[in-house]
Amino acid sequence: MAWTKNVLRVNLEAGTCTTELLNMQWAQDYLGQRGLATKYLVSEIDPKVDPFSPMNKLIFVTGPLTGTMAATGGRYSVVTKGPLTGAIACSNSGGYFGAELKFAGWDMVIFEGASPKPVYLLINDGKAELVDASHLWGKTVWETEETIKAQHQDPQIRVAAIGRAGENRVLYAAIVNDLHRAAGRSGVGAVMGSKNLKAVAVRGTRTDAYQMANPQAFLAATEAGKKVLAANGVTGQGLPTYGTQVLMNVINELGALPTRNHREVQFEGAHDISGEAMHEKRPTDGKANLVTNGACFGCTIACGRISRMDPSHFSVKDKPQYHGASGGVEYEAAWALGAANGVNDLEALTYANFLCNEDGFDPISFGATVGAAMELFDLGILTEKETGLKMPFGSTEALVKLAEWTAQGIGFGKIIGLGSRRLCEKYGRPDLSMTVKSQEFPAYDGRGLQGMGLAYATNNRGACHLRGYMVSPEVLGIPVKMEPQATEGKPAMLKAFQDLTAVVDSAGICLFTTFAWGLSDIQPQIQAACEGDWSEERLLLVGERIWNLEREFNLAAGFTAKDDNLPPRLMKEPAKTGPQKGAVSKLDIMLPEYYQLRGWTKEGVPTAETRSRLGV
Amino acid sequence: MQKSLHLDPNKCTGCLQCEMACAWENHRSFTIAKSRIKVFTFHKEGRFVPYTCTQCDEAWCMTACPVDAIRLDPVTGAKIVLEPTCVGCKVCTIACPFGTINYVASSGKVQKCDLCGGEPACAKACPTGAITYVDADWTGLGKMRQWAGKTDTNPATV
Repeated sequence: MAWTKNVLRVNLEAGTCTTELLNMQWAQDYLGQRGLATKYLVSEIDPKVDPFSPMNKLIFVTGPLTGTMAATGGRYSVVTKGPLTGAIACSNSGGYFGAELKFAGWDMVIFEGASPKPVYLLINDGKAELVDASHLWGKTVWETEETIKAQHQDPQIRVAAIGRAGENRVLYAAIVNDLHRAAGRSGVGAVMGSKNLKAVAVRGTRTDAYQMANPQAFLAATEAGKKVLAANGVTGQGLPTYGTQVLMNVINELGALPTRNHREVQFEGAHDISGEAMHEKRPTDGKANLVTNGACFGCTIACGRISRMDPSHFSVKDKPQYHGASGGVEYEAAWALGAANGVNDLEALTYANFLCNEDGFDPISFGATVGAAMELFDLGILTEKETGLKMPFGSTEALVKLAEWTAQGIGFGKIIGLGSRRLCEKYGRPDLSMTVKSQEFPAYDGRGLQGMGLAYATNNRGACHLRGYMVSPEVLGIPVKMEPQATEGKPAMLKAFQDLTAVVDSAGICLFTTFAWGLSDIQPQIQAACEGDWSEERLLLVGERIWNLEREFNLAAGFTAKDDNLPPRLMKEPAKTGPQKGAVSKLDIMLPEYYQLRGWTKEGVPTAETRSRLGV
Repeated sequence: MQKSLHLDPNKCTGCLQCEMACAWENHRSFTIAKSRIKVFTFHKEGRFVPYTCTQCDEAWCMTACPVDAIRLDPVTGAKIVLEPTCVGCKVCTIACPFGTINYVASSGKVQKCDLCGGEPACAKACPTGAITYVDADWTGLGKMRQWAGKTDTNPATV
C-alpha cells in the first residue's frame, strides 16, 4: 500500500515511456528501493554487460517510506552496473527529489537503451515524456536545474541531473538532485551520461498515489521514532550541530584517519578542516564557513552543511557565482579533499566540494584519486611535464586545479577522472591504489578499525562506509563497544549491520537514523505503512536476501573471493602513529569466519543451502 | 486567549514535516503540493523560510469574497473557507497581498490555513520549534527575551 505499484519504463532508444504494474511478489521479498531495484536489474541485464553499453539499465527507485512523515523518509536510490567497479552499483540520495517521484505516482523508473541525442525525462504526475536536451548538454547540474525550471515556468519541479563529469564519463560521476544532494558513488552518473540522459525532472501532486496500510498506527510509530532521534546525543545534537564532520577530530585522535594516500593514519591539519573549524570565524571576513544546517525531505536530524566561502579566497576571488551559500563539506568529502591529500585549507575544500556538486562527481573517489596522484608525484613517477602542474602532497593549488580540470574534462583531469586504480595501474604502481573492487576508500583506516577493514573488503559495491558501518561499535559504542583492534565478534556484527543496512536502504529512510534507531524502532513504521506481516525476523531475512542477491550478481559478473581484499599497504605497512600504532589489517583472520557466517563456501560462494533458504 | 502561528526562519531546516502534516490534516495525503504552509529555500543565502496565512484582522480575502464563503472563526481568529459555498472565482487569491490563499484545481475551491481548529498540525510536526502556536499578543516574546539576554547588567569594573 505504501507502494504506488507503478513502474515507469523508459526506452531511450525508441523514445517511449510505458507504465507497468510493480511486481508485488518482489516487493514482498525485497521491500523497495535498493533491494527491489536490484532484483529488477539482476533479472533484466547480463551481469557481464559493459556498464556503458545500451544493454545496461539505470533504475531510479523509491522505498515504501519515501514521501511519508517517517523521519528521513525522502530517500531514493539509483541502481545500475557501475563503471568504476564493474560490480552492482547502488547510490542513495536525499534531498527532495525522491519524495516528488513518489507524489507523482511512481515507485521506480527503469531506463533502458541509449538515446540517439541528449534528452531529459519530464514527469508530471502520470504523464511522462522525453524532452530534447541539446541545449543542456555541456551545462552544469546547477545550470540544468535552473534552465528546466525556467523553461517550464515551474519553480516547484525537482531535478536530478548529471553535469559535465557524467557527460564525460568520469568513472565516479554522480547524479545530483536539489543542487547538492547526490547519488554519489560508483559512477552512476557516468552510466546516465552514456545513455545521453541529462536529467530527470519531476512534479508530483497526486493525493491518491499511495496509502498507508494503517494510518493511525503509522502516525503513532513515526512520531515515536522522531522522539527517539531527538533524544539521542548523535542524532539530536552531534549531527545537527557539526554534521558528519563531528567525526574529524574524533577519528584523527583515534589514529584511524587515513592521511596522504594512507601513508599515515593521523593528519596534523585535521582540526583545520573539522566540523568545529566550520563554526569558527575566519580572520579574513569575520564570518564562519558554516551558514546553517539543512535537512533533506522529512528529516528531523538535519545533518546537512550549508556553507559560504570566503570571497577573497584565491580559488573564487573573481568568481562571484561561488560567493553564495551552497552544500558544504561533509566528513567524507572533507577527509577525501583534505586529509587524503594533506591539504588543510577548509576554503579550498569547500570550493572543490562545490565543483563536485556543480558538475556531479564523487568527492570521495575524486579526492582519494588526487591523493594517489600526489604520491606518484612525490615518488617522481608523475612529473610536472606529464600533469601540467606541480602536485606535491598538501598543495592547495593542485587540488583546486585538478577539481576544475576533472569537472571540465580537460588536461590531467581526464586521468584523474579514471579513478585511483586505473591511474596507479597506468603508471605501473597498482599497489598504491587505495581501493577495493576499484572503488576508493572513504575516511576510516582499515588498519585502525579492524571491522571497517572487513567491511570494505566484503562490500558488494567496493570500498564504502555505508554498507556495514563498523565505526558505530568500534568508535561510538553503538550498539555495544568493540575495541578497534579486536577481531572477535566482528564478522558476526558486520553481517548483522550489512543485513540491517540493506533493510534501511530498501525502506526509503536514511542510514543515519540507525545511530539512534534499532530494528525495533524501524519495524513498526514499515509494518504500519506496508500491507502484510513485516516482523523483525522477516526484515532481517529480506536484508540478508538482498546482500546475497548483490553478491550473486558480482560473482556472475566475474568477481571472486580474491576481490574481497585490501591493498597491500593496509595488510603490510603498520600504522605509524597514534593509539593504533603498529596495526595492520587482520583480514585473513576475519574473512573465513565471515564467509562461514554468511553460509558461503571458502571461495565466497553462497552454498546451495543458503541459496534455497533465501530464495535467491 | 487567542493564539497565533509564530514562524521563526532561523530555526527552520527545510525538512517539510510541516507541509506533510498540513497535507495530511486536510487531504489525508503526504503530498506537499496540497499543503497550505510552504517552506521557501533561499539557496544562495542558506535560509529556509516557512510561510502561511497570518490571519489578518482586516482580511482582504474575506472582504473580497462575493459569496461570503470566507468566515471568521471567533474562537481561533482564523479566516475559514466554507467549501460548499465557495464558487472557485479566485477573487480572494487576487485580493490577498501575501499569496497565502490558493486555488485547488482538483476540488474547484480555494484553500487557506484555518489553524486546524486551534491545534495546528504544522506546529505539532515541526521538529525544531520553527513553527509554534503561541499567545497572539506575544509573538515577539522569544525575540525580546533573546535581546534581553544580551543586555549588559554587570556593573562596570576597572
